Amino acid sequence: MQTMKKIVKGAAAVIAGVMMLTATPLTAYAGEYGYTYNYDWWGDVQESPDFYSVCKVFTGSDLGLETNLKSPDGIFADGDKLYLCDSGNNRIIELHRSAAEKLEVVRIIDSFTGDTDVTTFSNPTDVSVAENGDFYIADQGNARVLKLDKDLNYIMEFTKPDDNTLDPSLVFQPKKLAIDTAGRVYCIATGINKGLIKYEADGTFSGFVGATKVQFNWTDYIWKKFASQAQRAKMESFVPTEYENIFMDYEGFIYATMALNEDKASKTDSAVRKLNLLGNDIIVSNGEWGLNGDLYWGSGGGYEGPSIFTDVTVMDNDIYVCLDRNRGRCFAYDDQGNIVFCFGGNGNMNGYFRRPTAIDSIGHDLYVVDALDNSITVFVPTDFGKQVYNAVEQFDLGEYEKSGQSWENVMKENGNYDLAYIGIGRALLRQKQYKEAMKYFELKYDDENYSKAYKQYRKIWVEDHIVIIVLVILALFVVPMVIGKTKKIKHEIDTADIFMNVQDGEK
Amino acid sequence: MAAIAKDKYDRYIDSLKFALYCISHPLDGFWDLTHEKRGTYAAANTILFLTILIRILKLRYTSFIFVQVYWEDLNIFLYIASILFPLSLWVVGNWGLTTLFDGKGRLGQVYMATCYALTPYPLIQFPLMIFSNFVTVDEAEFYAMVSAISLVWAALLVIAAMGQIHEYSAGKNLLFTVATLFSMLVMIFILMIFFSMISQGVSYFISLGKEFLFRL
Repeated sequence: MQTMKKIVKGAAAVIAGVMMLTATPLTAYAGEYGYTYNYDWWGDVQESPDFYSVCKVFTGSDLGLETNLKSPDGIFADGDKLYLCDSGNNRIIELHRSAAEKLEVVRIIDSFTGDTDVTTFSNPTDVSVAENGDFYIADQGNARVLKLDKDLNYIMEFTKPDDNTLDPSLVFQPKKLAIDTAGRVYCIATGINKGLIKYEADGTFSGFVGATKVQFNWTDYIWKKFASQAQRAKMESFVPTEYENIFMDYEGFIYATMALNEDKASKTDSAVRKLNLLGNDIIVSNGEWGLNGDLYWGSGGGYEGPSIFTDVTVMDNDIYVCLDRNRGRCFAYDDQGNIVFCFGGNGNMNGYFRRPTAIDSIGHDLYVVDALDNSITVFVPTDFGKQVYNAVEQFDLGEYEKSGQSWENVMKENGNYDLAYIGIGRALLRQKQYKEAMKYFELKYDDENYSKAYKQYRKIWVEDHIVIIVLVILALFVVPMVIGKTKKIKHEIDTADIFMNVQDGEK
Repeated sequence: MAAIAKDKYDRYIDSLKFALYCISHPLDGFWDLTHEKRGTYAAANTILFLTILIRILKLRYTSFIFVQVYWEDLNIFLYIASILFPLSLWVVGNWGLTTLFDGKGRLGQVYMATCYALTPYPLIQFPLMIFSNFVTVDEAEFYAMVSAISLVWAALLVIAAMGQIHEYSAGKNLLFTVATLFSMLVMIFILMIFFSMISQGVSYFISLGKEFLFRL
């Protein structure tokens, strides 16, 4: 017994010793984000107070549904109405929001009436509602985009575009859609990468708009130049990527998200585009980094590669929130392309996601749909978040002093928040306090705004000191001239004949 | 005694002033530098010191529009080495090669001439550093251009200096400039092998020691 104990003790001591010797300090890597964070100018992660908090998570039973939700894929917010595509159950659920924590089922739409063969849905993946109440539904399984009136009467349908360049065997699978005020339909379909499919209000296909730029890297390009026909056929071809999702903002611009290719994209590329009517990308990306979510693409926690924005929603203050289905996070950017917040993660707790598919917003509240968890998570801004929104909105309204004050409050809660510094700076700049503004811009390396402030500061300084400046410049010219002149005179006197003669005489 | 010190001091100041002549009349200047003994090591060291000093000052005093420093990761010794290491590689590499191919310059002279050729760097970068604080991003091009001029000027001076002290023709001089750059790469390669060998060797003995301690 005694010897046994000794052996155990000895073994324990040896193991402890080995552990001490081999133990290396665990270093914190990019995997260890807090729930809410920001990226600073350097691309470093800065912890942040929570911007949003979970108000409630709604599952089918919380909503009072008889059959639970099944892989919901799309959500559309219109006023205080929410339309959820319960794709797995082939139905659309209309919800009424009376308060943030209160969602009530208004009706369940699973069939419609009208002069068409199939009057039910098959895997509806997206829905949009026009101002007059007309429904537009991406009925993926039935290869059509349906247009129904508000009483669910069939009006018309949009089918596979009549375009020669499309493969005839391709089955039309509309995935996501958006409509504009004129009743035009913009649609993303699986397997079509020429851009958004655009239909006129009367149902005619009028072309593809806004194809994504082709991403390729140079080494592949050079290899291709040397490759034979057969080799080239086997290589990956350079084609535009399909869009992931689209969103029509309140001004009629289409926000479209796409997946970046890890091998070809850089950290300054953007995965969000803002398309105008001509299909040109007009998104502003003045931030130091691209609009692409997480900046660290290495594997961590079982996930790797860039963020994949599966959906985007735009608020009235032009801040847009992108939903990353790779790491289950939300990323918000402001109208200048600066990052506002990042939060979330993959997991089972409230506020984490398993397979997020769609996001929409009512006011400042966010509704995130999870297709694996079969739930809608409602996020409401915290006090910190509200302060930030206040500051942004006050600035947009021209209340610069108030906005500056709000940003000061934000900074009190989060001193590592670049936007707060720049916000205070911009407010000061508008109040013509250039010197102070410069200080704030310099702290966060905002050279554009700094230059704006400095230009004014320099102008005022020159105007105030014009007399001294003129005097200094004059002095710079006059002083050397006077010195030169006196030297010359002195030299002439020294070498003048009469004095030389006198000197000679003295000898 | 005082007279000798005064003499030395005058010679130092003269040789320092001679750097200004060198950078404006490179061929003539660098010939006289060694052949007429117009240059001194003290002056060469001073110019090198100033170059390093200005390079460090630039980190702190250049406007953030042009230079952003991630202070957390800055190692001042590595930063100083970023000048001294290539310089010593250049000097040793150049001397090693030219001495085999009738170069007339000695190791010290190569060092002296190279340091003298660096003169435009502190001379231009110092005023530019102050100037950078008075510009906006729209005027940034000007900064970049002047900064580039100072580097190109210094580089051309180094090439001219080597030609003069080794008494090489223009073609031979260019050839040996390229050869020196190549020799620098070779030296880096050898150093890397050397260091990895040493560290492998050291880690071998360390693990041997650890093993030995376990067995005790």
